[in-house]
Amino acid sequence: MHNATLKSLSASLSARAFSSVELTRHFVNRINQLNPKYNCFITLDPERSLKQAEAADRMRSAGRGQPLTGIPIAQKDIFCAQGWLTTCGSKILSNFTSPYDAHVVERLNAAGAVTLGKTNMDEFAMGSSSETSYYGPVRNPWDVDKVPGGSSGGSAAAVAARLAPSAIGTDTGGSIRQPAALSGICGLKPTYGVVSRYGMIAFASSLDQGGPLGRSAEDLALLLNVMAGFDPRDSTSLEREWEDYTRELGKAVKGLKIGLPEEFFAKGAAPDVVRAVETAVGEFRKLGCETVEVGLPNMKLSVPVYYVLAPAEASSNLARYDGVRYGYRAPEYADLPDMYKKSRAQGFGPEVKRRILIGTYVLSHGYYDAYYIQAQRVRRLIARDFAEVFKRCDVIMGPTSPTTAFRIGEKMGDPVQMYLNDIYTTPANLAGLPGLSIPCGFDGKGLPVGLQMIGNYFGEAKMLGIAHQFQQATDWHQRMPPGIQ
Amino acid sequence: MKGGSITIDVDGRKKTVRLTRAHLEEDAGKSLHESFRDLTGIDLNRAGTPLLEIVSEPDMRSAQEAAAYARVLHKLIVEDIQICDGNMQEGSFRCDANVSVRPAGSDTLGTRCEIKNLNSFRFLERAIEFEARRQIGILEDGGKIVQETRLYDAERDETRSMRTKEEAHDYRYFPDPDLLPLEVSDKWIEEIRSSMPESLEAKRRRYVSEYGLSLDTALQLTSARDKAEFFEKSVRATDIKLFPKIAEDIANSTLGVLMSRANDEGLELSRIPITPQQHAKLRERVADGTVSTSIAKEILDAMWAGERDPDSIIAKRGLKQISDSGELERFCDQVIAGNAQQVADYRSGKEKAFNSLVGQVMKLTQGKANPQQVTEILKRKLSGR
Repeated sequence: MHNATLKSLSASLSARAFSSVELTRHFVNRINQLNPKYNCFITLDPERSLKQAEAADRMRSAGRGQPLTGIPIAQKDIFCAQGWLTTCGSKILSNFTSPYDAHVVERLNAAGAVTLGKTNMDEFAMGSSSETSYYGPVRNPWDVDKVPGGSSGGSAAAVAARLAPSAIGTDTGGSIRQPAALSGICGLKPTYGVVSRYGMIAFASSLDQGGPLGRSAEDLALLLNVMAGFDPRDSTSLEREWEDYTRELGKAVKGLKIGLPEEFFAKGAAPDVVRAVETAVGEFRKLGCETVEVGLPNMKLSVPVYYVLAPAEASSNLARYDGVRYGYRAPEYADLPDMYKKSRAQGFGPEVKRRILIGTYVLSHGYYDAYYIQAQRVRRLIARDFAEVFKRCDVIMGPTSPTTAFRIGEKMGDPVQMYLNDIYTTPANLAGLPGLSIPCGFDGKGLPVGLQMIGNYFGEAKMLGIAHQFQQATDWHQRMPPGIQ
Repeated sequence: MKGGSITIDVDGRKKTVRLTRAHLEEDAGKSLHESFRDLTGIDLNRAGTPLLEIVSEPDMRSAQEAAAYARVLHKLIVEDIQICDGNMQEGSFRCDANVSVRPAGSDTLGTRCEIKNLNSFRFLERAIEFEARRQIGILEDGGKIVQETRLYDAERDETRSMRTKEEAHDYRYFPDPDLLPLEVSDKWIEEIRSSMPESLEAKRRRYVSEYGLSLDTALQLTSARDKAEFFEKSVRATDIKLFPKIAEDIANSTLGVLMSRANDEGLELSRIPITPQQHAKLRERVADGTVSTSIAKEILDAMWAGERDPDSIIAKRGLKQISDSGELERFCDQVIAGNAQQVADYRSGKEKAFNSLVGQVMKLTQGKANPQQVTEILKRKLSGR
């Protein structure tokens, strides 16, 4: 049951091979048994989940079943879900029960999906290892001494460990794709504006985008079909016709032009990672794809640009956590300013504080032009590089992350090393482009390697089709972490 | 939005204040200090509502001019474009005053201080006056003005420092990624322009050109929107081709009898028990000679009391003016026969006696005789022709 794809689960539910209640109970049991080992979930509420499952079973009996009806989905704890503790991995929201649903959650609920639990994550999605959580680090199912990547590490590890069939996450600088790569699963960051950010706790508003994590491209397509859609409550949500993201799954990739940016294969990437990605590219050639060398000359500036813009937006977005209206409030303080200071000092972890300080600094008078404005200019150059490249190819491929999963604690003392892990993922966020990561092999230690695909705007269906064809020809996405049955 | 200007009137002198720009913000919450002993209450009820900030050029030279400017702006927003209730106590309309002083004869402006959130015209004037005296005092003592934001304490009638310019730098403004650039199409602008209520100033001009009202009458009608609206609805309900002079009569009736009754009862014109349409019909009956002006007042009383339709009041109470000359001649003969003394007085040159004779005819007809006709008939008869 826990190894089936969304499509086959949906078929089984539809054929009454088992009920949603049975399916949900199965995953709840697995979580009870295995979560202590991986720390994927912050909040579980089996009673609530099973009630949803009962409702889903009724929906199916009444003939109102949709593809996701009755399927348990794990939600990153950044999505507000009514009645659920919604912490964003932070002490400052450790007492926050959301009074409303995020748009994505509304849509999942309307489709009859079951909320399996809220997954662990880097605090406020700031991190690439899921170690900065107030609720402790998530462990990689492939090697529990390693990180699962981040910030959607709880969602990625839950899917990898078969604690959830699929999950949802968010990606500001790689937070869906990088943990998908390090945990050996699939993850998609859609085009900016495709998925509403309403009720998704804001980190860097111009970069944040919700997306699915799952075990196959097909599963991602089914999830995105429910997640995507216009929402007037997010001013950057795009008003577009509904599209079926599964529509290109059956399409042959023969004649497709794959762009290989030299910058993605430069010295920074680990040899094992490059080897696995190149092998995968070879597989695409076998399927009839052509490859072209392309250049993204400004890509090397992505990490510095990202680490100016994202903290700048974060410092503004996180100003709302003042201990006044909701969230953590310091128990003792002298006066109002002291209450603000103590609540924030005690409520935020060190990485969040570091980014608030960076953001505050780059936005302050006298530095604003040199940092923020300059970064915005370079951001435009990066987007222009992609526009040029997409004149010559259909899709770009390269590694998702320069390394496979690293040791827990290994990079916590060196933020720059941690930030450099985002080198291949931040460009898509800065340009607003869709990015996908799928498993494509292993390093010498048996840790999964992710292949990243970056498409042109609204290229999700095409990318999912390409990935699906690859997954028809290979079985990397079906490999299971050791010890998982 | 950039540019524009506002004309103010201070002690009969006209002055133009240039506008720098107008922009939209969202209102924030407000802190409440009263009735929270040692604590601050935060009222978020206003948070997120649209706030229009209108910035003027440094064109005002006194507290009186500033207050006059604020009053004109207040009227414009509350009455003309009706986008705000203008309640100053609740902060729906408030002013930030930038004040600087300079030696007489100098043409460079001094360093300014901004006084925030003044919520009455009186406080605005007093705060500016205090602030100007404060700055003059500093300069005369050889000091320098520090650019800063200040608060006005109405109880003590003084301004106090809130934050200095250095701290203002910590605002760290940057383009909000959730607020995307808006494309304002010419079509949209045109739609809004055409749906804007006509300004009172434009109405004033139109009343003179279209209805031939005197400037003074037009000014009175456009001093408040309810007057202008009642007048205009009344005029629109009449056939102006049939009664070319009715607009003036309607204006006089609106400003005269209706306004005074409305004032007596503390009503706005939009709330009186007579509709503009009923009002229009009554004035038509005066214009076509069905009733006299004085009878019209009586009808109006009946209408106000709840008898809505002037025509049915006229019919029911038999108030139709007597314009039948044969009938009127009989009444006149009766009066001449019964008032030999006044007739003799008139014939001997006492003009006043004539008015008394007219009054007798009116009395006899309970006011229904057409006074013009009565005058003509009496004159003819008394001149012996």
